[in-house]
Amino acid sequence: MTGRKLLMSFPVTPTSHLLSEVRARGGYETLKKVLTSMTPEQVTKEVTAAGILGHGGAAFPVGRKWSVVHLNDGQPHYLCANADEGEPGTFKDRWILENAPHQLVESMLIAAYALQVRNAFVYIRGEFDLPYRRLQGAVDEAYAAGLLGEKILGTDFSLDLVVYRGAGSYVCGEASALITSIEGKKGYPRNRPPRLTVRGLYQRPTVINNVETLSNVEIIVRLGAEEFRKVGIAKSPGTQLVSISGHVEKPGVYEVEYGYPLAKFIYEDCGGVLGGKGLKCIIPGGISTKVLTAADIATVTYDHKAMEAVGSQVGSGGMVVIAEGTCMVRLLQVMLRFYHHESCGQCTPCREGMGWLHRTIDRIVAGKGRPEEIDTLVRISEANDGTTICGMGDAAGYATVGIIAKYRDEFEYYIANGRSKNGGRLEVDAIEREVAHA
Amino acid sequence: MSSMQHLLPEFEQLKKRYPAGFESSLTLPCLRRIQKERGYVADEDIDWLVEYLGVPRIQVEEVLSFYTQYRRAPIGRWHLQTCRNVSCSMRGAERLIDHLARRLGIQPGQTTPDGRFTLSHVECLGSCGTAPVVMVNDTYHENMSAEKVDALLEQLK
Repeated sequence: MTGRKLLMSFPVTPTSHLLSEVRARGGYETLKKVLTSMTPEQVTKEVTAAGILGHGGAAFPVGRKWSVVHLNDGQPHYLCANADEGEPGTFKDRWILENAPHQLVESMLIAAYALQVRNAFVYIRGEFDLPYRRLQGAVDEAYAAGLLGEKILGTDFSLDLVVYRGAGSYVCGEASALITSIEGKKGYPRNRPPRLTVRGLYQRPTVINNVETLSNVEIIVRLGAEEFRKVGIAKSPGTQLVSISGHVEKPGVYEVEYGYPLAKFIYEDCGGVLGGKGLKCIIPGGISTKVLTAADIATVTYDHKAMEAVGSQVGSGGMVVIAEGTCMVRLLQVMLRFYHHESCGQCTPCREGMGWLHRTIDRIVAGKGRPEEIDTLVRISEANDGTTICGMGDAAGYATVGIIAKYRDEFEYYIANGRSKNGGRLEVDAIEREVAHA
Repeated sequence: MSSMQHLLPEFEQLKKRYPAGFESSLTLPCLRRIQKERGYVADEDIDWLVEYLGVPRIQVEEVLSFYTQYRRAPIGRWHLQTCRNVSCSMRGAERLIDHLARRLGIQPGQTTPDGRFTLSHVECLGSCGTAPVVMVNDTYHENMSAEKVDALLEQLK
């Protein structure tokens, strides 16, 4: 077990996502309580007191984001759920969209009430098919039951909810690119200030939260902040949906209570490394977070402060397990190809820098690298940091610097010998074939 | 008169859930719907949308070239999109893509001469726990292997 559960609290069956079953489990009772007995300010106060941090990657305090919106400023406010799950290694929001879409819808209703929103959006990546159908199905059910639309549950509160489908763009998971995309344009990120909570979608105050973050809102209001805070630890209240993949025996989505021992999670709950191999390292929270070696994670707990203390982050909860014998040079090549492909091209350091990084690593993998090019990779990464409108260029740099800092010897070997120290392997099966051959 | 005129009632229905003044937002959903109908987005569709939504032509052109899912030309009946990002590569995606390319006799980015298959690379599909993944038109096929992909190809006529 990975600690107490908040979101994965019911048995998943082929029909457990449908409104009838959700209502039998007590679904939309919290909404009724909110609309009939709480003020918007009371809801925000509860969410703030719960101390929940954003689950999309940046871990920004949700209450602080919400508090920027002034309720009686005489202009429309918008709410967007970020379901553009695209950070490689991350597939946790998919679990909510497929299995608990009403948890998101009810939570968005409560958040919309707190922020006095009339129109809300879920921005879902264009490739998601089943998650889209499940969510759109839930929205349609909610409209039919009078839980969305005009005068919800007979109160004065009205909300329209649109499921907006992306069309293939990693950068649209960045909040300002996301709203630019909802405006029907190419997804270029925007400069801040002004913050999106001041001027966001169509220049109006807009709150954008990750799907998992928003899905916790109903739970916070149902339990009350005090009860909610009893789960997790003081600085990281609640739980995190962790999607784990790569060289691991039992990949999948797990709900992990903050403060849970990380090594126990990987070795026991997830069955350890595929084929009983040794653990080389993990990418803890999406490929943009820095790698942690087996030694780094030996005693660490899974929460924001502890992960930062060992030099990485909880990030998006997208964990990738990497076995001994994997070639880190080739792995970085896969990552840099991705970042190069996804750079939107708006800012020069990222547009050019991603190309330089990609071409340099390609040259090294082709056996034509020069010794000074390891430092070139680091220098380009550092030059990107903080010089672009959004964080994508920074993220590619963190991944690069993180891998080189810990596995520099593999890069030196590759360049000196024109081949991988680890046979260029990315698969555990290939590691096994190699051993059998020897 | 656009050949997509019959979609108009659907678009009008869609508009109702957006606030007034959000016509521009319909650009992406309308393009997606048109592409589903025609298989790609034609020049006349752009002309029509520009007029219908009252958005600048450059905006529609930019959207079409920025997002990877939009197409300006027809492709094969079955679009095989293979992920090759970190988790999929670590579970055999590279071998799988080589296998597919050999079986179909085409490289990623190409279409078979009979118009049956188009093979493409794609970046992370959010299916890392069930890697490797191959997306066929709209549907994810997870935990794929050479054998499973061969069986799948037989079904795609």
